[in-house]
Amino acid sequence: MPALASVFQRDSAAYRRRGETRAFIRRALRGYEQKRDENKARFQDWQAARDAAAAIKHEAIEHLDRCLPEFIEKIEARGVKVFVAANGVRAKDYIIGVIRRHGAKSIVKSKSMTGEEIHLAQALEGEGFEVVESDLGEFIVQLRHEAPFHIVFPAMHLKRDEISRLFEEKLGSAPTDSPEELTMIARRAIRQKYCEADIGISGVNFAVAETGAIAMCTNEGNGRLTTSLPRVHIALMGIEKLVPRMDDLALLLPMLATAGSGQHLTCYNTILSGPRQPGEPDGPEEFHLVIMDNARTTLLADAQQRDALQCIRCGACLNVCPVYKNVGGHAYGTTYPGPIGSVITPHLRGLQSWKHLSGASSLCGACTDACPVKIDLHHHLLHNRRNAVRQHKTWWELLLFQGFGWVAADARRFALAGWIGRLAQPLHALVAGTPLDPLKPWTRFRALPEPPPYAFRDWWKERRGAEGGAHD
Amino acid sequence: MTDDRALVFARIREALQTPRPLHGHYDGLPGPAPAENGKGYAAWLPRVEDTPSGRLLAFRERSELLKTELVVATRAGLAGTVQALQQRHGWKSAAWHRTRLTETAAGAAGLPLLSTDQAYETAALERVDASFTGCDALVAQTGSVLLTTRSAGGRALSILPPHHVVFAEASQLIADLPAAMRLLRERYGNDLPSMICLETGPSRTGDIERILVLGAHGPKKLTVVLVE
Repeated sequence: MPALASVFQRDSAAYRRRGETRAFIRRALRGYEQKRDENKARFQDWQAARDAAAAIKHEAIEHLDRCLPEFIEKIEARGVKVFVAANGVRAKDYIIGVIRRHGAKSIVKSKSMTGEEIHLAQALEGEGFEVVESDLGEFIVQLRHEAPFHIVFPAMHLKRDEISRLFEEKLGSAPTDSPEELTMIARRAIRQKYCEADIGISGVNFAVAETGAIAMCTNEGNGRLTTSLPRVHIALMGIEKLVPRMDDLALLLPMLATAGSGQHLTCYNTILSGPRQPGEPDGPEEFHLVIMDNARTTLLADAQQRDALQCIRCGACLNVCPVYKNVGGHAYGTTYPGPIGSVITPHLRGLQSWKHLSGASSLCGACTDACPVKIDLHHHLLHNRRNAVRQHKTWWELLLFQGFGWVAADARRFALAGWIGRLAQPLHALVAGTPLDPLKPWTRFRALPEPPPYAFRDWWKERRGAEGGAHD
Repeated sequence: MTDDRALVFARIREALQTPRPLHGHYDGLPGPAPAENGKGYAAWLPRVEDTPSGRLLAFRERSELLKTELVVATRAGLAGTVQALQQRHGWKSAAWHRTRLTETAAGAAGLPLLSTDQAYETAALERVDASFTGCDALVAQTGSVLLTTRSAGGRALSILPPHHVVFAEASQLIADLPAAMRLLRERYGNDLPSMICLETGPSRTGDIERILVLGAHGPKKLTVVLVE
């Protein structure tokens, strides 16, 4: 078994044993579902809105060859310095170069999943820069040197007492069991950083081709502060973030909030189209936008699964996924956990190493129903399984299926096999559960059905005989 | 440092050579997005009665849910309203930028004032108790304040102080998000302010046990003064 698959099995088994955490996460997600349903119900037609949202993103992705150059041309005309990076290393090198050129020491960062994908904060810290994650959840997991548990709620696996102890140890604050007090401790700690930081780094939720602007959604206001106070703003985005028109935001912003966090609209939906312009009193002097491929074009080239690039990273598919709820966000070992992560990670980081994630699914389709941009998630899990086998055939599976084909192609062979099966199955009871059991991986969690006393074919023959061949 | 755009553009063109097949259980590929200036989207978004009273009702309802303080004042009573707000919230200092309405407010408050119409110190702005700004519009559907660097005195004034007070004329209350996008296009055309924001309630977080806390990084309080 490939190493990553056994790590996944080990970590998910460990998480399954943490009953209290699982119950806690389930409770939190139930709260989310209730809020999400309330806000979905306010839409006049949520399903039509999903169709339109899918159409918007479909249009942008299917015409990326036009949309992306148009976007770059427009935003460059606004004085933004654009850097297109083929991969994470190039993106990081460029960002480090900008920071060095400004002689900057301290950096404040708002949430960016693309940044997580390339471990940007760790890379900058490795270069000796001080990086403060300003999103409260990200700030907490950064202090714990841990990956986010969820793409929208990074610290949802932690209880207030754990956070209080963490703040006590790292920030020297007094213990408290009030989430409000804990939030204020973080607010005070990060406030000062904002005023001192030379560089603000942010993510991007949408990039508008028509106007050359980026949109960014935060609840805390950290995105606004990150892009208002420091004298240099660096934004990082994947090539798939595009939408064709500004008007499209009127639909996508409330849908992202509803699907993502069960809100009607995120608190701060900010559209940025440049550094400080003439006549504006403040804002960054420089605005660098890094647009990264990092294997997204590999996914684009897979026409069948191309719609996975429509993803707006709302996390709705994680929230409804029975697998996510039972293995937790860390077991995946990926930047993007949950169904969307299981679909895209094999494209971003190699199918053979990450195919096990597509196997860990009940294919119930809850993710597909939840997706606001109608990505066909659970079918893509099947596509990944198929592609993995096509690419890397296993000799015994091949033999098994060829053998089955040979048996099933002939009525007499099929009947004989059924007869042998009915005779042999009682013998299985002798080895069931022991190391000799060839079906152990299956029977460990499941009971074999009782062997039927006779085959369907015999029953049918008998029945036809009893009816005196009425059907002949 | 030259970037990789030639390489990435080539990869994109090559990847798109293969047409996307029909797939899965959907009826087919989604059709083209409705492009009629976003008006098409209004039919699916939450309903708002597009009359002055309908818009006010919706904005009031959203404000309550968002914990935005909504105060309706008359033009003549604006100074008195601001003084009452000042007493209630205990402002000792404020920052502002000049609009017709904030001018009256700033005069009435009689506080030490910091203006962002001229160069200002970030550290000084961080110390004030409240900020007075204008806005482009109020959006009834979502309870949002639509503001830009031009209508709200730059980027920091509306986000750094702990209490953001927005002054708007009743005529600035618009129905929904598609109308907000239309307004931006009509007002600014191709010359967009470098920052536009739909500010929807005071700053908030649910990152600790999903319990709502107001005032995460931005203002803990948001007051909208609607002048009729």
